[in-house]
Amino acid sequence: MKIGIAGSFDSCDALITVIENDKLEIEIESIVENQFKDEIEKVIRTTLQALDLNKVKVICKDKGALNYTIRARLLSAIARMSDDNA
Amino acid sequence: MKNSLGREVPNSFTPYMEDSLTSFTPIKEKDKVVKTEFLDSIKECFDLLKLSDGMTLSFHHHLRNGDGVLNLVLKEIKERDLKDITIAASSIFPVHEEMCELIENGNITKIYTNYLSGPVAKTITSGKMKDLLIMSTHGGRPFLIESGKLKIDVSFIAAPCVDKAGNGNGVEGKNACGTLGYAIADLKYASKVVLVTDTIKDKLEFVDLDRQYVDYVLKVDSIGEQKGIVSGTTRITRDPVGLIIARNTAKLIDELGLIKEGFSMQTGAGSISLAVTQYIEKLMIERQIKASFALGGITSYYVKMLESGLIKNLYDVQCFDLEAVKSYKNNQNHIGISATEYAGPHNKKALVNKLDFVILGATEIDVNFNVNVTTDSNGIIIGGSGGHFDTARGAKTTIITSQLLRTRLPIVKDEVTTITTLGKDVDIFVCERGIAINPKRTDLIEKLKDSTLNITTIDELLKKAHQITGIPKNVPHKDKIVGVVLASDGTVIDSIYQR
Repeated sequence: MKIGIAGSFDSCDALITVIENDKLEIEIESIVENQFKDEIEKVIRTTLQALDLNKVKVICKDKGALNYTIRARLLSAIARMSDDNA
Repeated sequence: MKNSLGREVPNSFTPYMEDSLTSFTPIKEKDKVVKTEFLDSIKECFDLLKLSDGMTLSFHHHLRNGDGVLNLVLKEIKERDLKDITIAASSIFPVHEEMCELIENGNITKIYTNYLSGPVAKTITSGKMKDLLIMSTHGGRPFLIESGKLKIDVSFIAAPCVDKAGNGNGVEGKNACGTLGYAIADLKYASKVVLVTDTIKDKLEFVDLDRQYVDYVLKVDSIGEQKGIVSGTTRITRDPVGLIIARNTAKLIDELGLIKEGFSMQTGAGSISLAVTQYIEKLMIERQIKASFALGGITSYYVKMLESGLIKNLYDVQCFDLEAVKSYKNNQNHIGISATEYAGPHNKKALVNKLDFVILGATEIDVNFNVNVTTDSNGIIIGGSGGHFDTARGAKTTIITSQLLRTRLPIVKDEVTTITTLGKDVDIFVCERGIAINPKRTDLIEKLKDSTLNITTIDELLKKAHQITGIPKNVPHKDKIVGVVLASDGTVIDSIYQR
């Protein structure tokens, strides 16, 4: 099973793990969950859609990252996954 | 019932109304004590005072997160399983965690305080206290006490040093904490007063607490930990964004002409504020300008300015660090004041009313310039007014400094979660992306019309914040009210809800 990880637990960053899966699953844990959970999920979904990826599990542990950070971390995690960096 | 700010007010409380007048009829001070008794057991003390269910006990917070006195009394309340006790403590800190269990068990059912952080704040926010939390201000608290709206049965006053007659001070002994400004109303108006001390001397260098009010002196091994009195925030910011805010604030204050011979200020202990103070100090040295006084919680930065002759007097209601304690003890121009002298709304001579400017922080500020320092954006209690409300009301110019975002959360909101300080008392908001001036202050807008600073509007800052973060969803609250936020005159500005 391929896994890719990118990001960190630092403030304003997110740690994103992408795992090969039989369907699309997204798990979000965020310090700004009450205010921005939907927004974070939207960013992840649109990024995956653009790549036509729908058989992955994405785990996002967020410390208040902005949308572009989340997108960048997600793309890096996916890239590392295809590099078989597990 | 709603107040004039549109916020909910529980029955039996007086809603805040715009321009309501504070009427004040003082109650009588407590009877003069003929002979102060000395005790060395808390049990004997409780017995003699006949402490029983339903009483109100008061405490000051000069030992801050190093306080051992409130915890000592809590243990004995628990031991005796006293019920329905009201705690009136000027502030409550993480060190007071033991209180949580007593709240859950109905030993403590009501709390008056001006600032509340840590586990007790969480317990109360989660709705576990039977009655309400009443959040007052540093000026409002002595007003409530001196007008008889808050009746104290017994005040336990941590006194770092006591003499054999029963006088006390805050500057001698192993746990010296400096001025005892927040305890003075309690000392004079509580039915009974107990000084709790770990140091007894034959003679004191000077007296903060007059023995004529003191019924008992309770000698214990230790009243706390002196190193805990240092506030966690008393360091100059090294964050580049914080420094930009500080530099622009100093420049703004200068452009408004506030740095002039004999000016006065309060800048507190926030990390950005301390950096502003440093920039102001530099300007003062360059132009040979001297301030008449600095006010409030006093830090080593002000002490240094006093000693170098840049400030004539420090009026100190609370020492924030040990250099301030030492200076209060040794320097006669470093003057201790009571909370009433500092900020009492019933005291026309209150020093906050003489401030040229005050610099304050914010957890949230809204488009009407209302400020929240009581709860976070999820509605969890994280602090409280302290002197925020009082100084904003009193000072001629009130400046709020903060970063525009805290991680992903915008500090500027359509409406603050909880109103601590009224927008009509707030003049300027400085953040790294611009400076917004309250439209009511047309005089300030006029003065700054040719400024090179980035003067914008609060709506513009809200828009900028949303462009960066996205629009945050409103966090719903439960129906149950767990506390109220008071203006200094005791009327209710806002309610705090269970979360």
